[in-house]
Amino acid sequence: MLEDVRTRWHPIAATDDLPLRHVFHGQLLGREFAVWRADDGYVNVWENRCLHRGVRLSIGINDGRELKCQYHGWRYSNRTAGCTYIPAHPADAPARTITNRSFQAVERYGLVWSSEDPRGDLPVVEGIGEDDLLVLRAIPVNASAELVAQRLQSYRFQPNSEIAGTGTNIELVAATEAAVALRSCQGRAETLGVFFVQPVDSGRSVIRGVLSGRPNDAQLTAVLRYHNEALSKLREDLEREAAALPVPVPIEPIFERVSEELASLPELDSRGRKAAIRVQVARKWQTADGIMAFELRPIRGLLPTFQPGAHIDVHLPNGLVRQYSLTNGPGETDRFTIGVKLDPASRGGSQCLHDSVREGDVLAISEPRNNFPLRRDALKTIFVAGGIGVTPLLAMAQTLNNQSLAYELHYFAQNEQQLAFSECRQALGNAVMPHLGLSPSDTVNELRRLLSPYLPDTQLYICGPNPMLESTRSLAAEAGWPEAAVHFEYFKNTNVIDDSSSFEVALARSCLTIKVGAGQSILEAMRDAGVDLPSSCEQGACGTCLATVIEGEPDHQDVYLSPSERASGTKIMTCVSRSKSTRLVIDA
Amino acid sequence: MAKTRCLDPVVLNLWHPLGALVELPVDTVVDTVLLEERLSLAVGLGREVAVWRSCPDFVAGDKIDVASVSKSLPAKVAFGYLWASLGSPPDELFPIPEYEETDRRRLNAATFGVNVSAPRAIENFLDMGHFPYVHTDILGVEPHTEVKEYDVDISVERDEILATRCRFFQPLASSASETGAEVEYIFRVPHPYCSVLYKSSPVDDARYDVIAVFMQPLSQESVRAHMMLCILDEDNEDKVIKRFQQTIFGQDKPILENQFPKRLPLDPRAETPIRADKSAIAYRRWLSQKDVRYGVIPASY
Repeated sequence: MLEDVRTRWHPIAATDDLPLRHVFHGQLLGREFAVWRADDGYVNVWENRCLHRGVRLSIGINDGRELKCQYHGWRYSNRTAGCTYIPAHPADAPARTITNRSFQAVERYGLVWSSEDPRGDLPVVEGIGEDDLLVLRAIPVNASAELVAQRLQSYRFQPNSEIAGTGTNIELVAATEAAVALRSCQGRAETLGVFFVQPVDSGRSVIRGVLSGRPNDAQLTAVLRYHNEALSKLREDLEREAAALPVPVPIEPIFERVSEELASLPELDSRGRKAAIRVQVARKWQTADGIMAFELRPIRGLLPTFQPGAHIDVHLPNGLVRQYSLTNGPGETDRFTIGVKLDPASRGGSQCLHDSVREGDVLAISEPRNNFPLRRDALKTIFVAGGIGVTPLLAMAQTLNNQSLAYELHYFAQNEQQLAFSECRQALGNAVMPHLGLSPSDTVNELRRLLSPYLPDTQLYICGPNPMLESTRSLAAEAGWPEAAVHFEYFKNTNVIDDSSSFEVALARSCLTIKVGAGQSILEAMRDAGVDLPSSCEQGACGTCLATVIEGEPDHQDVYLSPSERASGTKIMTCVSRSKSTRLVIDA
Repeated sequence: MAKTRCLDPVVLNLWHPLGALVELPVDTVVDTVLLEERLSLAVGLGREVAVWRSCPDFVAGDKIDVASVSKSLPAKVAFGYLWASLGSPPDELFPIPEYEETDRRRLNAATFGVNVSAPRAIENFLDMGHFPYVHTDILGVEPHTEVKEYDVDISVERDEILATRCRFFQPLASSASETGAEVEYIFRVPHPYCSVLYKSSPVDDARYDVIAVFMQPLSQESVRAHMMLCILDEDNEDKVIKRFQQTIFGQDKPILENQFPKRLPLDPRAETPIRADKSAIAYRRWLSQKDVRYGVIPASY
């Protein structure tokens, strides 16, 4: 019986219960929901519990894009319900899989519908037009849904245009355990009333009535008051009747356990270079000279949660794999937007996207990975973008903007026509500062000015072509920026990789020892031995294939690790770096 | 022996706080609740105490000679509070040596009713990550949200949890300072329902203020929280000090009462821990090891 009820659709709120930036406390079958509408209109129905410490999310903050828990400020994204930020660890990207339980939502007949485990579509109600209806005030009743639905069959009401009259004819149009449809006719006046019963718990229900036809303004109050009084009377009778019955046992909601992986402290999960997600190019447009923007929408279901700074692998029709940063702001979870600059020296990646890929095409992409996480505990954040390097920084800037945190985005380009994503930049206003047409030496002078003096609690994020990135990093160091406050992402590794060495690698967790020969990377040797490690760019720039070194001396050839990370000897990028010692022990 | 509603022998055999001595009228019957049992208590002029299961012979407000109570439960005075037990408690309560230091102010800052289990309330007391969000502009402020690495130890010999090297940015570190600064904390959990916090003193670098919370479990899902202060402060009036702590407590209360489930789940997979929760993880494990069942949802179903 309860199983049947769980698979059915039930109304849990009126659409009017979800005004701008509100979080509504919904209830169904002993379970609580946090129900909220994002600014893009999407209705989220979530388990009413933060996954961290169980605090109700219905007391959280709806900022229009994300829901923030009151207790520790964890942020959960619109649509995906994935956690995008954990303030207690501002330097870490949260594991993508910290995702709250969400339930389907459909808006129809002025109500929001959901279900624990829906089978099939929401049933269609004949005679109620989506644009011409009146939702009555919800009437909570301390009685079982079954009893309420039974007694509703004898509910009587006047048609809207004869609301003050008496003696109408009532016809029972339909009745189920969950709803009753009644037609009231008096002469030519006719109103269909459908009364849905929301089972809140075993002994508690809510009557949600919907009438066909919205009365004119003069009658509206009278109709609302009429039903309010009549249904309140029904409620009193029902509660008297229910009070004489044995009290039903309340329904205990079952909370899903979090995954084993999350119960221990979060770590990256192990995936090879796979492209599990299929997206369609919904829009392709020229956003600047030589730069194409692509809006990618999921073929079915939802896209996974991303964080600012994240990138995806795009598997191209020509077999190449390329990495692109997401430019999306928080809560923009119905699509991924990337910018692709045509590289004159293209080996086929950007060329293919510019020339061959069209709107409507399907692409395979990886889940978003974040090796360039954004801290949000700075008093001020400075972003330095060179050309197409602006893409991850736009996502970051929108995030800080949404949280009203101080930042500046300095965008270096040759001229106005080379500035990409103008709509996004305009929304950010004066915080975006273009620096146009500067010579290399003027660029250096300008950067020196921007980066000095270093003030405590300031963070710097740089993304751009290698020479600019290198000089920004050294200017920051000159100006006294601590290395931990300087974050960077290279487009590519321009170092010439020396892969002539051969050595032995012991994989501590897998209890395997493998040989890495000349011309072969550690990553390749591991995969040959059946040990999978996530990777993305495979040229030492993106940071995905990072491994922990337990013993031995790494031969670093990447551009991802900072000098102190390199010096510590505890980390290695397995796609390009090698070993100076004959044996390297890594935690894999 | 009367039947108790609480069937957890570990919790029955603990000492539990029933109220601050200075707030109890002398030689007068006072009613309270402990572990769903109605209890009555009285304090004599010489701080002699008696606690018994409520009976119609003595009603709240009656005058009584404490020495005349024959069926008293185990009862004692410690840290300015009256403690009692429904089982066979150990001789001694956990120590707080600083309480004996004569230059300290010692007071009950507040007694607050909270509709949450005692372990949830203790876990909140150990938690620093919520300071910027719940105690905004007092104990923390955005964007200074980072919980830095700290150390947690379960001391076998003292049977208590100790979290050290805890540091957190506090916007007004003391009444003497205008700017924010990092404050150092040490947390002890020497009793399943009690915790003691040491916080660097604004007046003496070498010493700590001591703030303790003693939970009186009314039921599995409700407590009276008693907050004891033992601090170095010669300037402020009692009411100023109390008001500060009551503000903090008042901010925690609505959060705690919105935690779900109200009992603390001990299954490691019931909730999602992060590194900042090391002390909470140790606390949950310690409760499991002690086989505490009251106020928690045990790990094994």
